[in-house]
Amino acid sequence: MALNTTRRGFMLRGMLGGGAVALGLPFLDCFLDDNGEAIAATLGGGRLPVRFGTWFWGTGVIPDRWAPTKAGAGYDLPPQLAALADVQQHVSVLSGFSVPLDGQANSPHFSGNIAVRTGTPAEGWQKIIAPSLDVLIADAIGGGSVFRAIDVTPDGNPRTSYSFRDGNAMNAAIPTPLEMYQKLFGADFQDPNAADFKPDPRYMVRKSVLSGVTDERRKLMQRIGAADRVRVDQYFTSVREVEQKLAMQLEKPARAESCRIPEKPADVPASTDIVKRSAAHKVMADMLAMALACNQTKVFNLTYSTALSDLRRDGSATGVHQSTHEELTDRKLGYQPTVDVFVTQTMAAWTDFVRAMASVKEGDGTLLDNMLVFAHSDVSFGKNHDVNGLPMMLAGRAGGKVKSGVHIKNGGDPVTRVGLTLQQVMGVSADSWGTGATRTNRTLSEILV
Amino acid sequence: MFMEKPFTRCVQAVSALAIAFASLGAAPQDGEVTTPAAEAPAATPLLRRLTEAQYRASIADIFGEDIKVAGRFEPDLRVQGLLAAGASAVSVTPGGFEQYETMARSIADQVVDPAHRDRLIGCGPTSADPSGRACATAFFQRIGLRLYRRPLGPSEIALALANAEKARTLLGGDFYKGVGAALAGMLSGIEFIFQIENDVADPTKPGARTLDAWSRASRLSYLLWNSTPDPELLTAARSGALMTDSGLAAQTDRLMRSPRFMNGARAFFDDYLRLEDLNNVTKDGLIYPGFRAGATADAREQTLRMLSDLLITKSGDFRDIFTSREIPMDGMLSPLYRLPVGRQDWTTVQFSDDAPRAGILTQIAFLAGHSHPGRSSPTLRGKAILEILLCEEVPAPPANVNFTVVQDVSNPQYLTTRQRVQAHLDDEECASCHKRMDPMGLALEKFDGAGQFRAQENGVPIDTTGAIDGVKFDGAIQLGQALRDNPKVKSCLVETAFRYAVGRQLASSDDAMLGRLNARFVQSGYRVPDLIRTIATSPDYYQVRRATAKATRVAQAGPRSEGHF
Repeated sequence: MALNTTRRGFMLRGMLGGGAVALGLPFLDCFLDDNGEAIAATLGGGRLPVRFGTWFWGTGVIPDRWAPTKAGAGYDLPPQLAALADVQQHVSVLSGFSVPLDGQANSPHFSGNIAVRTGTPAEGWQKIIAPSLDVLIADAIGGGSVFRAIDVTPDGNPRTSYSFRDGNAMNAAIPTPLEMYQKLFGADFQDPNAADFKPDPRYMVRKSVLSGVTDERRKLMQRIGAADRVRVDQYFTSVREVEQKLAMQLEKPARAESCRIPEKPADVPASTDIVKRSAAHKVMADMLAMALACNQTKVFNLTYSTALSDLRRDGSATGVHQSTHEELTDRKLGYQPTVDVFVTQTMAAWTDFVRAMASVKEGDGTLLDNMLVFAHSDVSFGKNHDVNGLPMMLAGRAGGKVKSGVHIKNGGDPVTRVGLTLQQVMGVSADSWGTGATRTNRTLSEILV
Repeated sequence: MFMEKPFTRCVQAVSALAIAFASLGAAPQDGEVTTPAAEAPAATPLLRRLTEAQYRASIADIFGEDIKVAGRFEPDLRVQGLLAAGASAVSVTPGGFEQYETMARSIADQVVDPAHRDRLIGCGPTSADPSGRACATAFFQRIGLRLYRRPLGPSEIALALANAEKARTLLGGDFYKGVGAALAGMLSGIEFIFQIENDVADPTKPGARTLDAWSRASRLSYLLWNSTPDPELLTAARSGALMTDSGLAAQTDRLMRSPRFMNGARAFFDDYLRLEDLNNVTKDGLIYPGFRAGATADAREQTLRMLSDLLITKSGDFRDIFTSREIPMDGMLSPLYRLPVGRQDWTTVQFSDDAPRAGILTQIAFLAGHSHPGRSSPTLRGKAILEILLCEEVPAPPANVNFTVVQDVSNPQYLTTRQRVQAHLDDEECASCHKRMDPMGLALEKFDGAGQFRAQENGVPIDTTGAIDGVKFDGAIQLGQALRDNPKVKSCLVETAFRYAVGRQLASSDDAMLGRLNARFVQSGYRVPDLIRTIATSPDYYQVRRATAKATRVAQAGPRSEGHF
């Protein structure tokens, strides 16, 4: 299990410091050990892999009705978190972290989200300079399962994704439950528990053809500019990833005791109605649990609603995003009642998600015990686009590496502490993260075991 | 360049964006001094990913309309309003490549199946050539030329043959399956998925670089037909004719005379007006029961038909798109226009002189496309006019804004959207952009979020007066007239057409070309075909800037913009 740390260290510096364009080899090579095994899968201490995922929702919360007051274990559940009651032991709440904008404008619904994801706020897509943390983690642990990562959203739009190698290379989302099923459990799916296995020569043919595709890149690289070289490198990295997937399909998949092939979902059109959205989300969450249990992927991003949340109720002229800005604060209640309902329902969907993962038995515990899920939004208080105190939560114990069920009540440290912790727990060799005022080398020791 | 100066704060914000340095893979380190990108000439991007429409059209042209292309494409990226400009910024992600590979296999399987192989391959193993090598070589040479838009080199042919042979062996000795596997490899190749341009020393301009003949063929073909070069154009590339002014003009004219020029023009109009965005527009069925599920697709088609007919078939004056009373109509859309449901398929309808509608601003595609699911939005509409038609960039609103007043419909002071939106102008920071944006959007307030006409809102008549660049208007018809006569609308179209054609963001070195195009556009009486021909036949269109040591890229694409109201 020798890990070539020199090459990997170079890679990280390369990507963050401008060297990526000079690389001759696709990214993936550098993140696998000699057997093609991912790093964190073995650092977890057991044979069960540790999975990482993000769960995103748009337009934040009403902080006074969301953030617990009591720190540590057994934290209180304010009204917007009430749905978590029976899964609270699995969920940690992170409140009070800041997003230092370092002189940049607060690009509404964007800056905060990008800072959480990449460690550096940005004002526009193409100014995103670093990979999102899920990509860094997938580079580290994504090998050894059929898909390096899976991006899904129940909102019907493949552009609903906050996962990217850079601002020009967004990982598009699978936008419906049916397409998700076809990708994960469709024609290429191999049942890990099937009695017999015979390598299909068609996979061999496809793999061999793709290895020819990669041979052609060298000539092209010689005559193009730096920005084009990054793009060509990304293309060939993608080719390599599919090749590796095909290589896996030529080997008998490891048994997966909890794997059950889910039912094919109905073809229901995506909706902006929150009740219908939550229903589609639940189908996706259950399917995702099986995709993880069946070792189809170890990394995922699920986007419940966009940063500029499009959620509404059928028949209502106003959606949640407009309501956050336009709804009057009810004098008697002291908050925006419509917004409150949307946030509460969104947190109920998050609870559905946690429950879906916790209901799958795996080893001596549950699937969720072998996961680390990072849930967050793009702003704290939607009404004024505040990015400080941005709501974040963690679910799962990462195979025993983190404590769950605690409230970390922070006094304004940069959000990058969270992202750095997630990377380290998942086996990314990074000792600091962020740029300028967001740069940090401090992890969240409160949750580390 | 082409950044007008109507409102200072917005301009400052945009300039700040423009100099925010973001070259890929070159994150500024602490303390490192970075050069504003505007000063460092960037290399011309030489790779453009085919758009979904281009991919589909290319497959249909090469293999026939009956070859199905099934699958979801990686979404194209809109850069400064154009998907065409995003094509030179994007690559292929792992998930995206998986889709390309799946589509490639599906296409290749169809090409070699018994129903198609006679027509598309036309040969097979014979007693003289039992492995079919001669047949396969001929096929890969012929199809490779079409797929890569240039002849294949010996190593590329050898690779295809080796792939075919290996696959044949693995798949039970079936020649066609072997050819299919190798073809799938070519269809998954970067040379097919991207237009890859190759530059040579410019024979007419010492020291300058220009595109080679094969790259010129691709540019011409994707610009004018939105598809891959046909055999005649490839012949003109092979002969070197495309490297001469006369050869270029002859092929441009041939392509523009073809009925397929309409496909190219429609692709431009679609990108110019951002009609692809309609794919993600939904309307609330309870609030707008007349807006059926297929209405957005038909609204897009309606606008495209109107523009194609007026600007291409009739070679009309571009400015008339804002005032024309002729409109293609079908049974899906006529109820939204309060017209009797006539034929289900397309016919042309003439609005009467007293009708409230004329021109593209009063079409469903624009009105419903720039509204919310359950209500209209003067701000979204005004912003669309500024960005799309006047080429003015509108920055995101300031983060901490109190919007409450605009939604307080119970406040007797604010019964109409105009009164509520007026509140923007009381706030200095908001006013800088909204005073330019809102009046144009408000002029369209007699059309609801689905684009249907209404005379009143909450029982109060709607005030649709406003002004743009000193020209006053009242209502949609007069707004259309004001835009028709606004010189910025014309120069914006010219700039957009050139950006579309080159498929990248513009640099200051493009200013001279824009100046010539503008002058010519006026001279031609604002004829779009003439504008496109001028671009296609201009040597500047094919000029390439080589990478310099400090190549950087200016990034200006904003996030998905905040849409309020």
